Amino acid sequence: MDIDFLLNGERVELRDVAPTTTLLDWLRLERGLTGTKEGCNEGDCGACSVIITDDDGARTLNACILFLPQLHGKAVRTVEGLSGPDGTLHPVQQAMIDRHGSQCGFCTPGFVVTMAAAHLNGDTGHDDVLAGNLCRCTGYAPIIRAAEDAAAQPVPGWMRDAPPPVAATPSASTGTTHAPETLDALLSLAADRPEATLVAGATDVGLWVTKDLRDLGDVIFLGRCRELREIEVGADTIRLGAGVTMDRVHDLMRTHHPAYAEMIRRYGGGQVRAAATIGGNIANGSPIGDNPPPLIAMGATLHLAHRDGRREMPIEEFFLEYGRQDRRPGEIVEAVTLPVSAPRLKVWKLSKRFDQDISAVCGAFDIRIEDGHVSAARIAFGGMAGVPKRARAVEAALIGQRWSDDAVAAAWDAWERDFTPMSDMRASAGYRLSAARNMLSRYLLEDLGAAVNVLEVTP
Amino acid sequence: MSVTRPLPHDAARLHVTGAARYVDDIPAPATCLHLAFGLSTEAAGRITALDLAQVRAAPGVVAVLEAGDLPFTNDVSPSAHDEPLLADGRIHYLGQPVFLVVATSHLAARRAARLGRITTEARDAILTVEDALDADARFEDGPRIWAKGDAGEAIDGARHVVEGRIGIGGQEHFYLEGQAALAFPQEDGDMVVHSSTQHPTEIQHKVADSLGLPMHGVRVETRRMGGGFGGKESQGNALAVACAVAARITGRPCRMRYDRDDDMTITGKRHDLVIDYRAGFDADGRILGVEFLHLVRCGWAQDLSLPVADRAMLHADNAYHLPAARIESHRLRTNTQSATAFRGFGGPQGMVGIERVMDHAAHILGLDPLELRRRNYYADADDEGPSADGASGPPATSGSNSDTPRQDAAAHPRVPAGLPDDAGLDVASRGAVGAVPEHGGTATAARGDVQTTPYGMAVEDGILNALTDRLAQDCDYAGRRAAVAAWNEANPILKRGLALTPVKFGISFTLTHLNQAGALVHVYQDGSIAMNHGGTEMGQGLFQKVAQVAASRFGVEVGAVRITATDTGKVPNTSATAASSGSDLNGMAVRAACDTIRTRMAEHLAERYQARPDEVRFAEGGVRVGTETLSFAAAAKLCYEGRVSLSATGYYRTPKLEWDRIRGVGRPFFYFAYGAACTEVVIDTLTGEHRMLRTDILHDAGASLNPAIDIGQVEGGFIQGAGWLTTEELVWDDAGRLRTHAPSTYKIPVASDRPPVFNVALWDGANREDTIYRSKAVGEPPLMLGISTFLALSDAVASCGPGYPALDAPATPERVLDAVGRARDGL
Repeated sequence: MDIDFLLNGERVELRDVAPTTTLLDWLRLERGLTGTKEGCNEGDCGACSVIITDDDGARTLNACILFLPQLHGKAVRTVEGLSGPDGTLHPVQQAMIDRHGSQCGFCTPGFVVTMAAAHLNGDTGHDDVLAGNLCRCTGYAPIIRAAEDAAAQPVPGWMRDAPPPVAATPSASTGTTHAPETLDALLSLAADRPEATLVAGATDVGLWVTKDLRDLGDVIFLGRCRELREIEVGADTIRLGAGVTMDRVHDLMRTHHPAYAEMIRRYGGGQVRAAATIGGNIANGSPIGDNPPPLIAMGATLHLAHRDGRREMPIEEFFLEYGRQDRRPGEIVEAVTLPVSAPRLKVWKLSKRFDQDISAVCGAFDIRIEDGHVSAARIAFGGMAGVPKRARAVEAALIGQRWSDDAVAAAWDAWERDFTPMSDMRASAGYRLSAARNMLSRYLLEDLGAAVNVLEVTP
Repeated sequence: MSVTRPLPHDAARLHVTGAARYVDDIPAPATCLHLAFGLSTEAAGRITALDLAQVRAAPGVVAVLEAGDLPFTNDVSPSAHDEPLLADGRIHYLGQPVFLVVATSHLAARRAARLGRITTEARDAILTVEDALDADARFEDGPRIWAKGDAGEAIDGARHVVEGRIGIGGQEHFYLEGQAALAFPQEDGDMVVHSSTQHPTEIQHKVADSLGLPMHGVRVETRRMGGGFGGKESQGNALAVACAVAARITGRPCRMRYDRDDDMTITGKRHDLVIDYRAGFDADGRILGVEFLHLVRCGWAQDLSLPVADRAMLHADNAYHLPAARIESHRLRTNTQSATAFRGFGGPQGMVGIERVMDHAAHILGLDPLELRRRNYYADADDEGPSADGASGPPATSGSNSDTPRQDAAAHPRVPAGLPDDAGLDVASRGAVGAVPEHGGTATAARGDVQTTPYGMAVEDGILNALTDRLAQDCDYAGRRAAVAAWNEANPILKRGLALTPVKFGISFTLTHLNQAGALVHVYQDGSIAMNHGGTEMGQGLFQKVAQVAASRFGVEVGAVRITATDTGKVPNTSATAASSGSDLNGMAVRAACDTIRTRMAEHLAERYQARPDEVRFAEGGVRVGTETLSFAAAAKLCYEGRVSLSATGYYRTPKLEWDRIRGVGRPFFYFAYGAACTEVVIDTLTGEHRMLRTDILHDAGASLNPAIDIGQVEGGFIQGAGWLTTEELVWDDAGRLRTHAPSTYKIPVASDRPPVFNVALWDGANREDTIYRSKAVGEPPLMLGISTFLALSDAVASCGPGYPALDAPATPERVLDAVGRARDGL
């Protein structure tokens, strides 16, 4: 397809781009812009970070798993575009020099790009901002000092990109590459090409290309379909379009479901959350996707759409077995609805590293207590089975129990009826089961007022 | 003077603007070809058929090479000639390069490399140290055993005996820039290679062998690496040789870089160890004797494993005076990646062993672990030591007046019996087997009252008692110990832990002849200075520190000194930039070269201005001769016009070294670098999750050449060490496949993993030995400060019950939770 975008302030028009050429390869190989580095080629190290600006604002994305068609109508700023036209350094660049924030320098372009985007947005949560950028030399302390220094400096004028106006392009569909502008057009395409690969944020599909070296055949990019990116907050429910990115989900959940939001804070790095969509995380059916457990615990409903009709289901019913979801040919995940309020929701993500790590176990609990007894319970886990799974036996064992050690004991054996987890590089089966059981104790102990969160302990 | 100033990294501006050029950024003509290896998918066996028809037919493929297609040697080993570039019919690990694809793009090469059909007659792979012991699969003919006194007798007679086992995981380097090389064929068969390597001479040597050329036919250039950490000491050989051979065959430039998954699958990592220990203590907690058994998993090829395992033994004492010790080290051969150098080079693993013993003993004796450690420290040196002003004359051992780097007799080792004395013997690698000193390596004659290490070296430069006093006071160890206990009393779920651990790290290559360096300095007629030396820049700030030395010798600003790429055509026969030796060796060599030029300039100017040469002063950008003061530029111009040579080489070799690695006796180290860290952690006893809360570090960099750069090394080294022992877990499956081969599964620390309170200070004291401006090496030692994190976790677990936690590393949440169970069960 043909695409237009801004690169460091200059308009670029590319004709007939291949669907799976990554921005990183294009920058380095076609444009000779080698400041943007390849560190992992899978979106986990941030060395290829670039700033992307569109109507939703500016954020940092990983260029290694960003396909060229995704750039249409956006502005791209690379490390080469951070300094002023006269060579004046951006405040974060100067602060990184002054604070000794670079050693080998290879991760540095990605860091300064991420820091410059946060600087632009006034985001001073530096640890969270930089969770998607790996540095192996400095131990991070001087980088954070630099970010703190730079925060006091004004945003340079050249950093304010306006995305270029582009027509709803008639060439949005050429050959095997499709980028429909409307939901109807999308459903029509999907129905006609049920084997096509749907690409939303490409945080998963990107790796099919960069790591598995797969040829994707027909590719339908979902990013230009505005209807999929809509959020509706009603009196009782929140409806999230499948294309809503996780950074936006995070913002919204901070208000409505803080426990869920705290888990999302640790979900990928900022670059991943800005690309990944909630629909993608559900649709791919991963047993370790982090959204399904809290959505199941909240009783969310999944909405599927086909050119020939729509249907909906409790989200846990979508996950049939490992690698198989209840999605019919030509059907797409359209949206998910969840309650506006779930004050008893708790979500815990266990991994080797707190930030930007895939869960060994992700547990979500909504346990209601009346008169000291469990009146209702919805519990769901990722990492414990071939699919995100609801703990029905545990729920049943809990209901009616006095909310005390008795309840934990009553459910003890039920865990093994619900789950037969596997051992892998993230954790052993035994650990997964123990930790899941202990999460129930954690829920109880937190109710009893005990300190249970290592992240809340101060030095 | 430029030295001692906290100047930024010389390339900082290039780093932050994206203009710093790494190997993969070097422009090459459009004719450049790209390479990828086809990898074995079995861990052990014999290749029975290799079908590469689809590879050859794939789009963009220009050539496909098998072992038999290589024109000369098929060897990229830095030591024992046991590491073919391409598998020679036998498969030694899952991920071993079997064939080489040469294609028109990186992607085309990667795609084609997946199309090979390798048929293997598999055999059972040896994956663990137990497997290897059962199969007697090892390097060297048996274990190395070093002893001091009769440890067994001392332990048997001791009041308290502690024994146990600790597993210590390996570590992936995760340099952000993966391995890379680029070869440009030259006229008459010569080759120029750009390599992301810590050891350009090694690359030169291996490339020359692979092309059938003398070393002068190959020039290797390394401007910078995007991190090394030991992972680019020998692991770049394969890519450079592949590029050179392909460039020779095709006549076109060839470039190769590993995709991250390939990098992690193919290259070696830190050695993992299992250490069994038994130690005896008296009633006061003084150690009487200790026995260690090191089971070292070396992987499939020898690489640098022998000296790595040696260094683990050399640091089995860490900071503690061991009256009797016995260390037995098995270097085991397994069907996994060939473990290699990694910051600390075995030292960290050995050190974890003795720190575990101290921790375990404190638990059994009911003593505060720091108190027990203090009772066992080596004594401090009994005088104040030299001042930081080390601007003395050139050391007696420096060849400062020679015009060409001369080969020292020590660089021609007597070859031990049984090794081929061929031209390919790799004398420049740490993996080489060094000569045994003629007289059997008698230990440095120590005074009767001086404490010696288990290998007989006198510890005469100790500062740890005073350093620990200062750190413990500054971080309020005693007060926080009480606060931790109070917290743990009050909190049933979250437990805190605290540990203060010392580091004593030996500085020098243990292969003695590597302790030499050369430099080349030019002063141009406009007063600008160009400087080359044998060291490589991997982010550690070596170039800036050495430039500061040069600027100080000439009395100019550091900006007057141009730092250029390391180049085997400018400085030959370099040692790897490793063993923390970069600034010690190259700083001295550069100083020698500068002083040669300075002396010539002084003589000329003195004659011209009727002054004495020793009255000529180079300072503050000028040259003072008698009553005249010239700018340095004017002085350079006068000297040029006076036909004075303004170019000189410099050479340095470290004095006082003498080491017999077979007997384990001698003085392998010029001096020790010291440090200590106190870390506080909190653990969740329900899940094993944990985090650091606060770390205080006091580290000894001698009289620091650049305190900002040195503090950067300390901060970064600490976090890397803490990562090694906590989140960084390497997992192989039963087939020998590394399951943690990307950052999605292998977790190095991120920003939020650093302790929220992180205080780092440098010890204010000069090196007692005559090093460059009395500074100390700082590359590796701080990594081992991370041991404090591991033992703080153990301390937190210990608060859960009567049992000793016996925590293995890395202390993932799962291992911590298991240890909580052991502590509670009292096992």
